[in-house]
Amino acid sequence: ESLDGLADSAFSTDETLTGYEEITTYNNFYEFGTGKEDPSSLAPKRLEHRPWTITISGEADNTGEFEIDDFLSGLTLEERIYRLRCVEAWSMVIPWAGVSLASVIKRAAPTSKAKYVRFDTLYDPQVMPAQAARGFSFLASIDWPYREGLRMDEAVHPLSFLATGLYGKEMPSQNGAPIRLVVPWKYGFKSIKSIVRIHFQETQPETTWAQLAPSEYGFYANVNPEVNHPRWSQAEERRIGELFKRDTLMFNGYADEVAPLYAGMDLRAQY
Amino acid sequence: MPTLRVGLFILCAVPAGLLIERLLTGGLGANPVEALLHGTGSWGLRLLLVTLAITPLRHLTGANWLVRLRRQVGLWAFAYASAHFSIFIVFEHRAVLSSIVEDIIDRPYILIGTSAFLLLLPLAITSTKGWIRRLGRRWQQLHWLIYPAAVLGVLHFFMLIRANRWTEPLIYAAILALLLGFRALRRWRVV
Repeated sequence: ESLDGLADSAFSTDETLTGYEEITTYNNFYEFGTGKEDPSSLAPKRLEHRPWTITISGEADNTGEFEIDDFLSGLTLEERIYRLRCVEAWSMVIPWAGVSLASVIKRAAPTSKAKYVRFDTLYDPQVMPAQAARGFSFLASIDWPYREGLRMDEAVHPLSFLATGLYGKEMPSQNGAPIRLVVPWKYGFKSIKSIVRIHFQETQPETTWAQLAPSEYGFYANVNPEVNHPRWSQAEERRIGELFKRDTLMFNGYADEVAPLYAGMDLRAQY
Repeated sequence: MPTLRVGLFILCAVPAGLLIERLLTGGLGANPVEALLHGTGSWGLRLLLVTLAITPLRHLTGANWLVRLRRQVGLWAFAYASAHFSIFIVFEHRAVLSSIVEDIIDRPYILIGTSAFLLLLPLAITSTKGWIRRLGRRWQQLHWLIYPAAVLGVLHFFMLIRANRWTEPLIYAAILALLLGFRALRRWRVV
Protein backbone atom coordinates (compact mmCIF):
# COMPACT_ATOMS: atom_id res chain seq x y z
CA GLU A 1 0.00 0.00 0.00
CA SER A 2 2.67 2.50 0.97
CA LEU A 3 4.89 3.94 -1.69
CA ASP A 4 8.60 3.74 -0.96
CA GLY A 5 11.46 5.92 -2.09
CA LEU A 6 9.49 8.98 -3.06
CA ALA A 7 11.76 11.75 -4.33
CA ASP A 8 11.29 15.21 -2.87
CA SER A 9 10.35 18.05 -5.15
CA ALA A 10 11.45 21.68 -5.22
CA PHE A 11 7.85 22.53 -6.19
CA SER A 12 6.48 21.43 -2.81
CA THR A 13 4.97 24.01 -0.49
CA ASP A 14 5.81 23.95 3.23
CA GLU A 15 2.29 25.01 4.23
CA THR A 16 0.39 22.95 6.80
CA LEU A 17 -0.98 19.78 5.24
CA THR A 18 -4.72 19.19 5.17
CA GLY A 19 -5.54 16.05 7.15
CA TYR A 20 -5.76 12.66 5.43
CA GLU A 21 -9.29 12.28 6.79
CA GLU A 22 -10.44 15.58 5.23
CA ILE A 23 -8.71 14.91 1.91
CA THR A 24 -10.35 11.51 1.63
CA THR A 25 -13.90 12.37 2.78
CA TYR A 26 -14.56 15.76 1.17
CA ASN A 27 -14.54 15.00 -2.53
CA ASN A 28 -16.14 16.05 -5.76
CA PHE A 29 -16.26 12.92 -7.91
CA TYR A 30 -19.68 13.13 -9.53
CA GLU A 31 -19.40 9.64 -11.02
CA PHE A 32 -20.27 8.50 -7.49
CA GLY A 33 -22.83 11.23 -6.74
CA THR A 34 -22.92 14.96 -6.14
CA GLY A 35 -22.59 14.86 -2.34
CA LYS A 36 -19.16 15.50 -0.84
CA GLU A 37 -19.33 12.22 1.08
CA ASP A 38 -20.72 10.09 -1.76
CA PRO A 39 -17.30 9.23 -3.25
CA SER A 40 -15.76 8.06 0.05
CA SER A 41 -18.81 5.98 0.90
CA LEU A 42 -19.17 4.35 -2.55
CA ALA A 43 -15.89 4.40 -4.46
CA PRO A 44 -13.67 2.26 -2.17
CA LYS A 45 -15.92 -0.78 -2.52
CA ARG A 46 -16.71 -0.31 -6.22
CA LEU A 47 -13.58 0.90 -8.01
CA GLU A 48 -10.93 -1.77 -8.73
CA HIS A 49 -7.45 -0.30 -9.17
CA ARG A 50 -5.98 -3.27 -11.08
CA PRO A 51 -6.03 -4.32 -13.81
CA TRP A 52 -6.07 -0.79 -15.27
CA THR A 53 -5.36 0.06 -18.87
CA ILE A 54 -4.38 3.48 -20.13
CA THR A 55 -4.84 4.19 -23.83
CA ILE A 56 -2.59 6.71 -25.54
CA SER A 57 -4.18 7.85 -28.79
CA GLY A 58 -4.31 10.56 -31.41
CA GLU A 59 -1.44 12.66 -32.68
CA ALA A 60 1.47 10.75 -31.15
CA ASP A 61 4.05 8.20 -32.32
CA ASN A 62 3.87 5.89 -29.33
CA THR A 63 0.14 5.18 -29.16
CA GLY A 64 -1.48 2.04 -27.80
CA GLU A 65 -2.91 0.41 -24.71
CA PHE A 66 -0.66 0.20 -21.70
CA GLU A 67 -1.11 -1.67 -18.47
CA ILE A 68 -0.70 0.95 -15.73
CA ASP A 69 2.38 -0.58 -14.10
CA ASP A 70 4.13 -0.75 -17.48
CA PHE A 71 2.95 2.78 -18.17
CA LEU A 72 4.62 4.02 -14.98
CA SER A 73 7.75 1.85 -15.03
CA GLY A 74 11.01 3.71 -15.28
CA LEU A 75 9.45 7.05 -14.33
CA THR A 76 10.57 8.92 -11.21
CA LEU A 77 7.99 8.68 -8.44
CA GLU A 78 8.00 11.98 -6.53
CA GLU A 79 6.14 13.58 -3.68
CA ARG A 80 4.66 16.97 -4.55
CA ILE A 81 2.95 19.01 -1.86
CA TYR A 82 0.57 21.24 -3.77
CA ARG A 83 -2.24 23.61 -2.92
CA LEU A 84 -5.55 22.52 -4.44
CA ARG A 85 -8.13 25.26 -5.02
CA CYS A 86 -11.65 24.10 -5.86
CA VAL A 87 -13.86 26.32 -8.01
CA GLU A 88 -16.33 26.18 -5.08
CA ALA A 89 -13.96 28.43 -3.06
CA TRP A 90 -12.40 25.89 -0.72
CA SER A 91 -8.81 24.68 -0.75
CA MET A 92 -6.49 22.04 0.65
CA VAL A 93 -2.77 21.32 0.85
CA ILE A 94 -2.18 17.79 -0.40
CA PRO A 95 0.99 15.67 -0.46
CA TRP A 96 0.57 13.90 -3.78
CA ALA A 97 2.75 11.07 -5.04
CA GLY A 98 3.21 10.51 -8.75
CA VAL A 99 5.08 11.32 -11.90
CA SER A 100 5.51 14.48 -13.92
CA LEU A 101 3.06 14.69 -16.80
CA ALA A 102 5.87 15.91 -19.05
CA SER A 103 7.72 12.61 -18.59
CA VAL A 104 4.64 10.67 -19.71
CA ILE A 105 4.08 12.96 -22.68
CA LYS A 106 7.71 12.70 -23.74
CA ARG A 107 7.35 8.92 -23.84
CA ALA A 108 4.17 9.16 -25.92
CA ALA A 109 6.08 11.27 -28.46
CA PRO A 110 3.31 13.56 -29.68
CA THR A 111 3.57 14.75 -33.29
CA SER A 112 3.82 18.40 -34.35
CA LYS A 113 0.03 18.34 -34.89
CA ALA A 114 -0.58 17.72 -31.20
CA LYS A 115 -1.62 21.12 -29.85
CA TYR A 116 -3.79 19.86 -27.00
CA VAL A 117 -4.04 16.82 -24.79
CA ARG A 118 -7.35 15.39 -23.63
CA PHE A 119 -7.94 13.06 -20.69
CA ASP A 120 -10.92 10.75 -20.19
CA THR A 121 -12.14 9.24 -16.93
CA LEU A 122 -13.21 5.61 -16.82
CA TYR A 123 -16.66 4.98 -18.26
CA ASP A 124 -18.25 2.05 -16.48
CA PRO A 125 -21.82 2.51 -15.22
CA GLN A 126 -21.49 -0.76 -13.27
CA VAL A 127 -18.78 0.86 -11.16
CA MET A 128 -19.84 4.50 -11.29
CA PRO A 129 -23.55 4.72 -10.47
CA ALA A 130 -23.99 8.31 -11.71
CA GLN A 131 -23.05 7.22 -15.22
CA ALA A 132 -26.14 5.00 -15.18
CA ALA A 133 -28.40 7.90 -14.12
CA ARG A 134 -31.49 8.35 -16.28
CA GLY A 135 -34.37 10.77 -16.48
CA PHE A 136 -34.40 14.32 -15.22
CA SER A 137 -31.46 14.08 -12.87
CA PHE A 138 -28.55 16.44 -13.47
CA LEU A 139 -26.20 13.47 -13.57
CA ALA A 140 -28.12 12.09 -16.56
CA SER A 141 -27.43 15.32 -18.45
CA ILE A 142 -23.66 14.83 -18.28
CA ASP A 143 -22.13 13.43 -21.45
CA TRP A 144 -20.00 10.72 -19.81
CA PRO A 145 -17.14 10.00 -19.60
CA TYR A 146 -15.83 13.08 -17.82
CA ARG A 147 -13.29 14.80 -20.06
CA GLU A 148 -10.65 17.37 -19.38
CA GLY A 149 -7.87 18.90 -21.41
CA LEU A 150 -4.80 21.09 -21.44
CA ARG A 151 -2.96 23.08 -24.05
CA MET A 152 0.28 21.29 -24.87
CA ASP A 153 2.50 23.92 -23.23
CA GLU A 154 0.41 23.66 -20.05
CA ALA A 155 0.62 19.87 -20.14
CA VAL A 156 4.41 19.77 -20.41
CA HIS A 157 4.85 22.46 -17.75
CA PRO A 158 6.98 21.05 -14.91
CA LEU A 159 4.16 21.60 -12.37
CA SER A 160 1.70 19.37 -14.25
CA PHE A 161 1.55 16.05 -12.48
CA LEU A 162 -0.03 12.61 -12.72
CA ALA A 163 -0.71 11.43 -9.18
CA THR A 164 -0.93 7.79 -8.16
CA GLY A 165 -1.00 8.33 -4.42
CA LEU A 166 -1.24 10.74 -1.51
CA TYR A 167 0.31 10.86 1.96
CA GLY A 168 2.89 8.34 0.75
CA LYS A 169 0.19 5.76 0.14
CA GLU A 170 -1.59 4.37 -2.88
CA MET A 171 -4.31 6.70 -4.18
CA PRO A 172 -7.66 6.17 -2.41
CA SER A 173 -10.49 5.38 -4.84
CA GLN A 174 -12.44 8.51 -3.95
CA ASN A 175 -9.48 10.72 -4.86
CA GLY A 176 -9.27 9.31 -8.39
CA ALA A 177 -7.41 6.01 -8.18
CA PRO A 178 -5.37 4.61 -9.69
CA ILE A 179 -4.13 7.66 -11.57
CA ARG A 180 -5.32 11.25 -11.83
CA LEU A 181 -4.17 14.60 -13.11
CA VAL A 182 -3.04 17.40 -10.78
CA VAL A 183 -2.73 20.90 -12.25
CA PRO A 184 -2.23 23.05 -9.16
CA TRP A 185 -2.71 26.49 -10.73
CA LYS A 186 -6.13 25.59 -12.12
CA TYR A 187 -9.44 24.96 -10.37
CA GLY A 188 -9.75 21.42 -9.10
CA PHE A 189 -12.21 20.25 -11.75
CA LYS A 190 -9.38 20.35 -14.33
CA SER A 191 -7.55 17.70 -12.31
CA ILE A 192 -9.46 14.77 -13.78
CA LYS A 193 -9.68 11.51 -11.84
CA SER A 194 -9.33 7.81 -12.71
CA ILE A 195 -7.83 8.38 -16.16
CA VAL A 196 -8.13 5.70 -18.85
CA ARG A 197 -7.22 7.70 -21.95
CA ILE A 198 -4.71 10.36 -22.91
CA HIS A 199 -5.49 11.70 -26.36
CA PHE A 200 -3.39 14.15 -28.37
CA GLN A 201 -5.26 16.39 -30.78
CA GLU A 202 -4.95 19.51 -32.90
CA THR A 203 -8.13 21.29 -31.73
CA GLN A 204 -9.16 22.44 -28.27
CA PRO A 205 -10.98 19.56 -26.57
CA GLU A 206 -14.61 19.80 -25.44
CA THR A 207 -14.32 19.52 -21.69
CA THR A 208 -17.11 18.40 -19.39
CA TRP A 209 -17.82 21.49 -17.24
CA ALA A 210 -17.19 23.93 -20.06
CA GLN A 211 -19.80 21.96 -22.02
CA LEU A 212 -22.30 21.78 -19.16
CA ALA A 213 -22.18 25.44 -18.10
CA PRO A 214 -20.00 27.49 -20.48
CA SER A 215 -20.82 30.77 -18.75
CA GLU A 216 -19.59 29.43 -15.41
CA TYR A 217 -16.64 27.21 -16.31
CA GLY A 218 -14.12 27.88 -19.06
CA PHE A 219 -11.54 25.70 -20.76
CA TYR A 220 -8.61 27.38 -19.00
CA ALA A 221 -10.08 27.51 -15.47
CA ASN A 222 -6.98 29.18 -14.09
CA VAL A 223 -7.36 30.17 -10.44
CA ASN A 224 -7.99 33.89 -10.63
CA PRO A 225 -9.20 36.01 -7.69
CA GLU A 226 -10.18 38.81 -10.07
CA VAL A 227 -12.61 36.81 -12.19
CA ASN A 228 -15.60 35.74 -10.13
CA HIS A 229 -17.82 32.79 -10.71
CA PRO A 230 -21.21 34.24 -11.76
CA ARG A 231 -22.70 33.23 -8.41
CA TRP A 232 -19.84 33.56 -5.95
CA SER A 233 -16.62 35.42 -5.37
CA GLN A 234 -13.31 33.80 -6.24
CA ALA A 235 -11.35 36.43 -4.30
CA GLU A 236 -11.30 34.32 -1.14
CA GLU A 237 -11.30 30.69 -0.20
CA ARG A 238 -11.80 28.54 2.86
CA ARG A 239 -8.76 26.38 3.54
CA ILE A 240 -10.25 23.16 4.86
CA GLY A 241 -9.57 23.06 8.60
CA GLU A 242 -9.64 26.84 8.98
CA LEU A 243 -12.62 28.86 10.20
CA PHE A 244 -12.12 32.10 8.35
CA LYS A 245 -11.56 32.63 4.67
CA ARG A 246 -8.21 33.63 3.27
CA ASP A 247 -7.32 35.51 0.12
CA THR A 248 -7.04 33.51 -3.08
CA LEU A 249 -3.76 34.01 -4.92
CA MET A 250 -3.39 34.51 -8.66
CA PHE A 251 -2.79 31.14 -10.33
CA ASN A 252 -3.25 29.67 -6.83
CA GLY A 253 0.13 31.06 -5.80
CA TYR A 254 1.98 29.56 -8.80
CA ALA A 255 2.09 32.80 -10.81
CA ASP A 256 5.90 32.93 -10.93
CA GLU A 257 5.95 29.56 -12.61
CA VAL A 258 2.95 29.72 -14.94
CA ALA A 259 2.04 33.34 -15.68
CA PRO A 260 4.29 33.38 -18.82
CA LEU A 261 2.07 30.66 -20.35
CA TYR A 262 -0.73 33.21 -20.61
CA ALA A 263 1.21 36.31 -21.63
CA GLY A 264 -0.94 38.54 -23.83
CA MET A 265 -4.16 36.64 -23.10
CA ASP A 266 -7.24 38.37 -21.71
CA LEU A 267 -7.91 36.18 -18.67
CA ARG A 268 -11.39 37.69 -18.23
CA ALA A 269 -12.44 36.47 -21.66
CA GLN A 270 -10.43 33.24 -21.54
CA TYR A 271 -11.42 32.12 -18.07
CA MET B 1 -50.91 24.41 26.77
CA PRO B 2 -47.63 24.98 28.64
CA THR B 3 -46.71 21.32 28.13
CA LEU B 4 -47.40 21.68 24.42
CA ARG B 5 -45.28 24.81 24.26
CA VAL B 6 -42.40 23.14 26.07
CA GLY B 7 -42.69 20.15 23.76
CA LEU B 8 -42.62 22.45 20.75
CA PHE B 9 -39.61 24.27 22.16
CA ILE B 10 -37.71 21.01 22.51
CA LEU B 11 -38.75 19.87 19.03
CA CYS B 12 -37.59 23.10 17.41
CA ALA B 13 -34.33 23.02 19.35
CA VAL B 14 -33.49 19.49 18.17
CA PRO B 15 -31.94 20.50 14.79
CA ALA B 16 -29.78 23.11 16.55
CA GLY B 17 -28.77 20.56 19.17
CA LEU B 18 -27.85 18.02 16.52
CA LEU B 19 -25.81 20.59 14.59
CA ILE B 20 -23.91 21.54 17.77
CA GLU B 21 -23.41 17.89 18.71
CA ARG B 22 -22.03 17.10 15.25
CA LEU B 23 -19.86 20.21 15.35
CA LEU B 24 -18.29 19.13 18.65
CA THR B 25 -17.77 15.51 17.59
CA GLY B 26 -16.43 16.29 14.12
CA GLY B 27 -19.58 14.94 12.52
CA LEU B 28 -19.98 17.94 10.25
CA GLY B 29 -17.20 16.73 8.00
CA ALA B 30 -14.25 18.55 6.49
CA ASN B 31 -16.04 21.86 6.03
CA PRO B 32 -18.07 22.46 9.22
CA VAL B 33 -18.72 26.13 8.45
CA GLU B 34 -20.40 25.21 5.18
CA ALA B 35 -22.41 22.48 6.91
CA LEU B 36 -23.56 24.94 9.61
CA LEU B 37 -24.42 27.56 7.00
CA HIS B 38 -26.53 25.10 5.02
CA GLY B 39 -28.06 23.47 8.11
CA THR B 40 -29.21 26.72 9.73
CA GLY B 41 -30.48 28.10 6.41
CA SER B 42 -32.50 24.99 5.65
CA TRP B 43 -34.08 24.90 9.11
CA GLY B 44 -34.90 28.59 8.99
CA LEU B 45 -36.77 28.04 5.75
CA ARG B 46 -38.50 24.86 6.91
CA LEU B 47 -39.74 26.47 10.12
CA LEU B 48 -40.90 29.53 8.21
CA LEU B 49 -43.06 27.19 6.12
CA VAL B 50 -44.31 25.48 9.27
CA THR B 51 -45.27 28.92 10.66
CA LEU B 52 -47.23 29.61 7.48
CA ALA B 53 -48.91 26.20 7.68
CA ILE B 54 -50.47 26.84 11.08
CA THR B 55 -53.33 29.07 9.95
CA PRO B 56 -54.49 26.79 7.08
CA LEU B 57 -54.22 23.78 9.41
CA ARG B 58 -56.33 25.60 11.95
CA HIS B 59 -58.99 26.41 9.36
CA LEU B 60 -59.02 22.89 7.97
CA THR B 61 -59.12 21.07 11.30
CA GLY B 62 -60.82 23.59 13.51
CA ALA B 63 -57.99 23.18 16.01
CA ASN B 64 -57.91 26.78 17.10
CA TRP B 65 -55.32 26.19 19.82
CA LEU B 66 -52.72 25.82 17.03
CA VAL B 67 -52.56 29.58 16.66
CA ARG B 68 -51.01 29.84 20.11
CA LEU B 69 -47.98 27.92 18.86
CA ARG B 70 -47.47 30.15 15.85
CA ARG B 71 -45.35 32.83 17.49
CA GLN B 72 -42.90 30.33 18.91
CA VAL B 73 -42.40 28.53 15.60
CA GLY B 74 -41.97 31.89 13.87
CA LEU B 75 -39.37 32.96 16.40
CA TRP B 76 -37.51 29.69 15.95
CA ALA B 77 -37.49 30.27 12.19
CA PHE B 78 -36.05 33.69 12.91
CA ALA B 79 -33.46 32.22 15.29
CA TYR B 80 -32.21 29.78 12.63
CA ALA B 81 -32.24 32.54 10.01
CA SER B 82 -30.25 34.76 12.39
CA ALA B 83 -27.69 32.03 12.96
CA HIS B 84 -27.49 31.52 9.18
CA PHE B 85 -27.02 35.25 8.56
CA SER B 86 -24.46 35.58 11.37
CA ILE B 87 -22.38 32.69 10.04
CA PHE B 88 -22.47 34.33 6.63
CA ILE B 89 -21.32 37.67 8.08
CA VAL B 90 -18.60 36.32 10.35
CA PHE B 91 -17.20 33.27 8.59
CA GLU B 92 -17.84 34.05 4.94
CA HIS B 93 -16.82 37.69 5.25
CA ARG B 94 -14.74 38.00 8.43
CA ALA B 95 -17.35 40.62 9.45
CA VAL B 96 -15.78 43.12 7.03
CA LEU B 97 -18.57 45.50 6.04
CA SER B 98 -17.17 46.42 2.61
CA SER B 99 -16.83 42.74 1.74
CA ILE B 100 -20.43 42.04 2.81
CA VAL B 101 -21.81 45.02 0.89
CA GLU B 102 -19.89 44.01 -2.23
CA ASP B 103 -21.29 40.49 -2.02
CA ILE B 104 -24.84 41.81 -1.63
CA ILE B 105 -24.42 44.09 -4.64
CA ASP B 106 -22.69 41.56 -6.86
CA ARG B 107 -24.77 38.49 -6.21
CA PRO B 108 -28.56 38.50 -6.54
CA TYR B 109 -29.06 35.44 -4.36
CA ILE B 110 -27.21 37.14 -1.50
CA LEU B 111 -29.32 40.28 -1.97
CA ILE B 112 -32.48 38.18 -1.95
CA GLY B 113 -31.44 36.19 1.11
CA THR B 114 -30.48 39.34 2.98
CA SER B 115 -33.80 40.95 2.04
CA ALA B 116 -35.69 37.92 3.33
CA PHE B 117 -33.84 38.14 6.63
CA LEU B 118 -34.39 41.90 6.96
CA LEU B 119 -38.13 41.40 6.35
CA LEU B 120 -38.25 38.95 9.25
CA LEU B 121 -36.47 41.31 11.62
CA PRO B 122 -39.41 43.67 12.36
CA LEU B 123 -41.70 40.65 12.72
CA ALA B 124 -39.49 39.17 15.42
CA ILE B 125 -39.18 42.52 17.21
CA THR B 126 -42.94 43.13 17.22
CA SER B 127 -43.85 39.60 18.27
CA THR B 128 -44.39 40.57 21.92
CA LYS B 129 -47.79 41.14 23.52
CA GLY B 130 -46.90 44.79 24.09
CA TRP B 131 -46.25 45.41 20.42
CA ILE B 132 -49.37 43.54 19.35
CA ARG B 133 -51.42 45.80 21.63
CA ARG B 134 -49.65 48.99 20.59
CA LEU B 135 -49.88 48.33 16.83
CA GLY B 136 -53.47 47.12 16.84
CA ARG B 137 -54.76 46.55 13.31
CA ARG B 138 -51.42 47.59 11.85
CA TRP B 139 -49.75 44.61 13.55
CA GLN B 140 -51.62 42.26 11.21
CA GLN B 141 -50.64 44.36 8.20
CA LEU B 142 -47.00 44.45 9.27
CA HIS B 143 -46.92 40.70 9.72
CA TRP B 144 -48.00 40.12 6.14
CA LEU B 145 -44.31 40.66 5.50
CA ILE B 146 -43.88 36.97 6.25
CA TYR B 147 -45.24 36.22 2.75
CA PRO B 148 -42.58 38.10 0.76
CA ALA B 149 -39.97 36.86 3.26
CA ALA B 150 -40.94 33.24 2.59
CA VAL B 151 -41.06 33.75 -1.18
CA LEU B 152 -37.61 35.39 -1.13
CA GLY B 153 -36.26 32.66 1.15
CA VAL B 154 -37.32 29.91 -1.26
CA LEU B 155 -36.00 31.95 -4.20
CA HIS B 156 -32.66 32.38 -2.39
CA PHE B 157 -32.42 28.61 -2.03
CA PHE B 158 -33.25 28.07 -5.71
CA MET B 159 -30.59 30.49 -6.87
CA LEU B 160 -27.72 28.89 -5.01
CA ILE B 161 -28.40 25.38 -6.26
CA ARG B 162 -25.44 23.73 -7.94
CA ALA B 163 -25.44 20.60 -10.01
CA ASN B 164 -29.20 20.89 -10.50
CA ARG B 165 -30.17 19.45 -7.12
CA TRP B 166 -33.63 20.90 -7.48
CA THR B 167 -35.62 18.40 -5.41
CA GLU B 168 -35.43 20.13 -2.04
CA PRO B 169 -36.13 23.71 -3.21
CA LEU B 170 -38.93 22.37 -5.44
CA ILE B 171 -40.57 20.73 -2.42
CA TYR B 172 -40.39 24.01 -0.48
CA ALA B 173 -41.75 25.95 -3.45
CA ALA B 174 -44.63 23.49 -3.78
CA ILE B 175 -45.46 23.72 -0.07
CA LEU B 176 -45.30 27.51 -0.17
CA ALA B 177 -47.52 27.62 -3.27
CA LEU B 178 -50.01 25.36 -1.50
CA LEU B 179 -50.01 27.52 1.64
CA LEU B 180 -50.38 30.78 -0.28
CA GLY B 181 -52.95 29.21 -2.61
CA PHE B 182 -55.06 28.14 0.34
CA ARG B 183 -55.12 31.71 1.63
CA ALA B 184 -56.08 33.06 -1.79
CA LEU B 185 -58.92 30.57 -2.11
CA ARG B 186 -60.16 31.46 1.36
CA ARG B 187 -60.05 35.13 0.56
CA TRP B 188 -62.17 34.52 -2.52
CA ARG B 189 -64.46 32.33 -0.40
CA VAL B 190 -63.79 29.20 -2.40
CA VAL B 191 -62.95 27.16 0.69
